[in-house]
Amino acid sequence: MFRRERSIPLRGSAAALCNNLSVLQLPVRSLTHFGVVHGPSAQLLSAAPEGVPLAQRQLQAKEGAGVSPPLITQMYESDGSVMVYWHALDAGDASLVQAVFARGIAASGHFICVGMWSGRVLVFDIPAKGPNIVLSEELAGHQTPVTDIATEPAQGQDCVADMVTADDSGLLCVWQSGPEFKLLTRIPGFGVPCPSVQLWQGTIAAGYGNGQVRLYEASTGTLHVQIDAHARAICALDLAPEVGKLLSAAEDTFVHIWKLSRRPEGGYIEVCLVEWEGEWNEGPSMRQQAPSSSLLPQVEHCHGECVPDTQVCGARFCDPSGSSFAVTGYDLAEILRFSSM
Amino acid sequence: MSVRTLPLLFLNLGGEMLYILDQRLRAQNVPGDKARKVLNDIISTMFNRKFMEELFKPQELYSKKALRTVYDRLAHASIMRLNQASMDKLYDLMTMAFKYQVLLCPRPKDVLLVTFNHLDAIKGFIQDSPTILHQVDETFQQLTEIYGGLSAGEFQLIRQTLLIFFQDLHVRVSIFLKDKVQNSNGRFVLPVSGPLPWGTKVPGLIRTFNDKGEEVRKVEFKHGGSYVTAPKEGSFELYGDRVLKLGTNMYSVNRPVETHMSGASENLAAQTQESIAPNPLAKEELNLLARLIGGMEIKKPSGPEPGFRLNLFTTDEEEEQAALTRPEELFYEVINIQATQDQQTNEELARIMGEFEISDQPRRSASKGDDLLAMMDEL
Repeated sequence: MFRRERSIPLRGSAAALCNNLSVLQLPVRSLTHFGVVHGPSAQLLSAAPEGVPLAQRQLQAKEGAGVSPPLITQMYESDGSVMVYWHALDAGDASLVQAVFARGIAASGHFICVGMWSGRVLVFDIPAKGPNIVLSEELAGHQTPVTDIATEPAQGQDCVADMVTADDSGLLCVWQSGPEFKLLTRIPGFGVPCPSVQLWQGTIAAGYGNGQVRLYEASTGTLHVQIDAHARAICALDLAPEVGKLLSAAEDTFVHIWKLSRRPEGGYIEVCLVEWEGEWNEGPSMRQQAPSSSLLPQVEHCHGECVPDTQVCGARFCDPSGSSFAVTGYDLAEILRFSSM
Repeated sequence: MSVRTLPLLFLNLGGEMLYILDQRLRAQNVPGDKARKVLNDIISTMFNRKFMEELFKPQELYSKKALRTVYDRLAHASIMRLNQASMDKLYDLMTMAFKYQVLLCPRPKDVLLVTFNHLDAIKGFIQDSPTILHQVDETFQQLTEIYGGLSAGEFQLIRQTLLIFFQDLHVRVSIFLKDKVQNSNGRFVLPVSGPLPWGTKVPGLIRTFNDKGEEVRKVEFKHGGSYVTAPKEGSFELYGDRVLKLGTNMYSVNRPVETHMSGASENLAAQTQESIAPNPLAKEELNLLARLIGGMEIKKPSGPEPGFRLNLFTTDEEEEQAALTRPEELFYEVINIQATQDQQTNEELARIMGEFEISDQPRRSASKGDDLLAMMDEL
């Protein structure tokens, strides 16, 4: 069960864009940063525990000289105080009938990947120190505009996939990061956009425009779970990696929380075994003993929350154990917060 | 954002405008022939071929101010006049109605069905004018050509572009409040029951598959809503059952148009900021606007037909009162093309004007700028 916590006010309402909420938890400083897009500006704000707002900053899209606004990527310090880098992109090959934009962003190791209207994914190499950010590669895997990108640290020998990109046609591309990114698998769409995607322990979770959530094996692209989860297009997915919880939010005003796990094929044995080491810990040893192909991804529904009369556009967990989450909605000038009781 | 949004925005807002004007013309007991003339003039101006050509060119959406200017001209395309207060109210109703329709479209592609609903109704207004009917049918063709092949992803982008255009508008509309589709805080009700979008299954099922693709587990969960599958898909043909009711005429003589002028106190800061920040695209937008209006070919009111004033309010006193008490944040600044003194803009406008046929003799005056502005004024 979850209860509503105090909302965080925003200076401007959230725009009707998918994945329109970013959360950066900084437990060491007891701070949480939130990012929401309003229109031509993005709002960054930081809050203390209990949602007490501390500081707010607005970042404007940089206007360039020239006839039409150039498409640019802007990078800032984490508090938004200083722009450390901007990159103007060549929209020259776009015909006039196409909308030109960037969409989808994720970090993978020391790379930041940004998706484009053309289907290309730009890979920026971020040095450990200093501002010498370099465009390292342009990945060609998609033919339609990129919608979302998800990453996670590589899982070991049997699954080297650490990035998945999604597009408007529903196609998913699975990649291995490195000085040269390698395309591992393609998972075709079915005529419906995939606005949001997540990656957890070799499992891809993808949310679609027809309200479905699907789980795939990242290394093979096999479909393992299909959930008729929502009545309208899904706009955001998020993961609490510590516990394998998945959050799905859609334009139908609902947010659902799911528990991901792996079970042996044909068996009903609970996989989440524990080890006693002075306290109960979820042991990884069970998963390593069996080859992953015989452990199927499973999903359980944990909780559903209705945000009345709100077309949700962004939703994220606020802590890695998934005990709290935040939601933004179209036309809503506040970040709604929920925590488990 | 999407460069294919303007035609949908314009046609649907135009459709709502006609519904409202039709209702007010009847409520005010304007003689049938005058009322028909007004609607015919406006519709034929809206669907003028040159205008439609400009409209359908791929382009970014205009600002709210710029678009309001277009409807101002359109509403005055005939013998009817509207005071500022009535024009403001008309625009409020138009925008809130289409915002509601976009928000409640089950699928992004359904906005095309909403557009077709408006066009179907418009054809009903001009049944006895074959020329204008033909113009509307041609526009229908153009819509089908351009939007018929767009993907679900492109429609989602169009929907998002439209919603961004309507962001932060919360004017309360009596007819919406009465029907309980709008809350008293100005936000629309999003029902969690009813027919699903075409292609969406009823939520509540989790299916698990093995490596061979065989289903090995099926579990139900409680999803919280009360939905049913859509009975059938609406028709995208020239004639057909659209199924969707959004975009049909919700006004009738017994359901008058009223607004409460409120709901803008939230996000005041955001709105003010928008209007203060200089828009580097203003000049370019002005040029596009001039081109668009240039294609409108508004006929001058001919001799014996006297004009009349339409009131969107029930009495003249109400209209005056509304003008005095309109919250400042809801002022629509109509772009005054006449006020442009900028030499470069005038040259640009002159070039654009040169592309259109002007049948009238240009008035003689001292500077070329004045000539040009006078010509624009005569449209």
